Amino acid sequence: MSSRFLKAIVVAAVMTGCAAAQNTKPPLRICADPDNAPYSTRDGSGFDNRIGAMLARQMGRTPVFVWARWRRGFIREQFNKNACDVLMGVPVGMRSVLTSTPYYRSTYVFVTRAQDRLRLASFSDPNLNHRRIGLQIMEEDLSPPSLPLIRNGHAAQLVGFESFGAHATDILRAVQDRKIDVAVVWGPLAGVYAARRDGLQLEPVSPQVDAGIPFTFALAVGVHKKDVRLRDEVDKAIQAKQQAINGILASYHVPLLPLKEGGRP
Amino acid sequence: METIKPKLAVLLLAATVLLPGGCRKQTQQVYSPQPAGTGSIHPYSGTLEPDDGQWLRATKDYANTRYSTLDQINENNVPQLKLAWTFSTGTAHGQEAAPIVANNTMYIVTPWPNTLFALDLTKPGAPLKWKYEPHPSPAAKGEACCDWVNRGAVFDNGRIFFNTLDGYTVAVDANDGHQVWKTHLADITKGETITMAPTVVHGKVMVGDSGGEFGVRGWLAALDAGTGKVLWQAYNTGPDKDVLIGPRFKPFYKSDQGVDLGVKTWPPDAWKIGGGTVWGFVAYDPALNLIYYGTANPGPWNPEVRPGDNKWTSGVWARDPDTGEAVWFYQMSPHDLYDWDGVNEDILLDLPINGQQRKVMIRPDRNGYVYVIDRATGQVLSANPYAYITATNGVDLNTGELKRIADKATKTGQEVRNICPIAAGAKDWQPSSFSQRTGLVYIPHQQMCMDVEGVEANYIAGTPYVGAIDRYYSAPGGNMGELLAWDPIGGKPVWKITDKYPIWSGTVATAGDLVFFGTMDGWFKAADAKTGKILWQFKTGSGIIGQPVSYKGPDGKQYIAILSGIGGWPGSIVAANLDTRDDTAGNGWGSALRDLKSVTAAGGTLYVFSLP
Repeated sequence: MSSRFLKAIVVAAVMTGCAAAQNTKPPLRICADPDNAPYSTRDGSGFDNRIGAMLARQMGRTPVFVWARWRRGFIREQFNKNACDVLMGVPVGMRSVLTSTPYYRSTYVFVTRAQDRLRLASFSDPNLNHRRIGLQIMEEDLSPPSLPLIRNGHAAQLVGFESFGAHATDILRAVQDRKIDVAVVWGPLAGVYAARRDGLQLEPVSPQVDAGIPFTFALAVGVHKKDVRLRDEVDKAIQAKQQAINGILASYHVPLLPLKEGGRP
Repeated sequence: METIKPKLAVLLLAATVLLPGGCRKQTQQVYSPQPAGTGSIHPYSGTLEPDDGQWLRATKDYANTRYSTLDQINENNVPQLKLAWTFSTGTAHGQEAAPIVANNTMYIVTPWPNTLFALDLTKPGAPLKWKYEPHPSPAAKGEACCDWVNRGAVFDNGRIFFNTLDGYTVAVDANDGHQVWKTHLADITKGETITMAPTVVHGKVMVGDSGGEFGVRGWLAALDAGTGKVLWQAYNTGPDKDVLIGPRFKPFYKSDQGVDLGVKTWPPDAWKIGGGTVWGFVAYDPALNLIYYGTANPGPWNPEVRPGDNKWTSGVWARDPDTGEAVWFYQMSPHDLYDWDGVNEDILLDLPINGQQRKVMIRPDRNGYVYVIDRATGQVLSANPYAYITATNGVDLNTGELKRIADKATKTGQEVRNICPIAAGAKDWQPSSFSQRTGLVYIPHQQMCMDVEGVEANYIAGTPYVGAIDRYYSAPGGNMGELLAWDPIGGKPVWKITDKYPIWSGTVATAGDLVFFGTMDGWFKAADAKTGKILWQFKTGSGIIGQPVSYKGPDGKQYIAILSGIGGWPGSIVAANLDTRDDTAGNGWGSALRDLKSVTAAGGTLYVFSLP
């Protein structure tokens, strides 16, 4: 009886604490794509939606999602016009924003049909010969794995796929449907898709860097270029919540690599 | 470029000597005309479309001359040219449209939100008659690569036709502004937009798409002017049936001959995202009954991904306007390495070439050569450099081949320096004009080079990736912009005017022996068509990247009109307020145009001038 009473008081105190923080700190506006699973979806179930909301709360701020399509011109037309305070999941060092310490590192992966037993080890794997290889289109170009594939003589085998919204998983469905034999895609997209279906195999690409082109990226929170204070706040929140972040990412089957010491390059 | 290069040092010296006199009254630097080569003036012996003093389409006539026979304003009285009236477009983005004048009404289309204004020229100050608002999707603003521009409307048979950034073609009653039809053509969710000014031929509205860097597939469509129904649509990649290639297709060069080259000159399926959009101007020859237009660069940008010639991108088509059937094609830049869209204007002229009268098109191409092409057959009669070029070494007239210099080829992650011209070409969209009286083509363009160096991290739709870093700068000589008077018969320049910034506006030539053009810092100028001497200039409220026109008002006076408003690809530095501390802002313009924001501000205003 008394212990239950005590618990109630503690909860109330925490709630009061939250309310006080909300009065002094403005909400944290997070730009988020309404249709970009598994990263971000309008129902808030994307992993970056959940991580962003958690970091905001850790900072004592209420997360507010500003829904905007993350496509060409997004930084120019939305973020730079102060539509929001932060962006989730931007590569560390991206020049158009100031980036926080990274909260995860992932890799491009080879996606194949398990029954084909290709077990691709690298871009120079002979099992890539004569296979149809799918890549997504990033802005003007095929995604970066196209470069080592071309250098290894596979240019004529490459097939381009759209990367947006409902079309983002077309490339993975094409592996299942035998329209292509291999997809080379960013890990988080492949991870959650493959986990929900039988018969797809994932292997991280190798090498991680080829002729100066990286295929693993550390992902961070982006803030406005001059907003050093917010960046520092975000850094602290990431540090405090790293375990919980890892847990969320694991539940989405995101292929994770160790974060480098120190974080910021 | 050997003909111009050795002269540059001398010319710069001349400019320095001339500067003090020219600069006394204005703080702006005045660049004096310079002799630029051994070309000469030959009054035109061919005939042009009759000029009724209106300006019905962006290019003035079907031959794309942008020549006005009006001569009230001439080299003697042009110093008295005064502002007659102005009109604010209400949009502070790049104003690339040509004002259209028909039945004593002026029509202007703004950048997104693509409002169409009709101004009554019969009343003092040309008050607003009506406006039509198409309400394009705001999402289109993000998809547009290079600011939210629109290149203008066209008048035909009592209607105004124009395109919206979000991919519609609209027909509006020219008298009362009510919408007659609206047809959806381009899909912004795929990165497709429409920015070009349509042309109407035989009751068909010719419309093409934009967005070639985004993995779209380019096309030109013909819409029934009465109903908006698509009558034919010719793709620029894919199987012959999609490209409307049939028995009438007779390309001049072997490299363009064969079955389904729009598939075979690509890796499997790559043609489906191969680019080759159509966003320039369409020309028409009524005697041959052929339309002509250029196709944009192939996609994706990285050429290593698309081995092959990548037909039918970065080339020029001749087609039957009634059926869309292809008649010939010539590819200026096969397997484009540098984003050299082939969308430049084709000026249709009948000229004596090598002693023989030929029906030709004059095409100052993005790759830096002025092509003279037989417009009946597609044979290249000459291709002379009009800009500083390091990436290629001429055009083989026997094979049509653009001769590339191997060590200027780009590879992602590898540094290549001093590639000239830049990705925006020796000339981007900015249209040339032709004077019947001088026989010269007035080519507004840029003299620039670029370095491609290293890679930078980026992301889209949640996926991180790296892309190449481009950095642009002026070619030797130090000025980025140039207006060149070009002798198309001799294949040589006659004079040039240089400017610190790229000359991103079009030009208009008049029978008063004047050439009008604008600069990115906002000066609107009249040059002597024979000598290039600047005879008059007016400082407008914002940088000029538009298309000047000349028309006769209801009062019988000649007027010159221009939209002022910085923007477009380089001007997005100002219009989108890009950070010029980043050299690569606006895809490489950051370092070249670092001070542009300090010399002009965004705005959108129509200026109309006349003699007092």
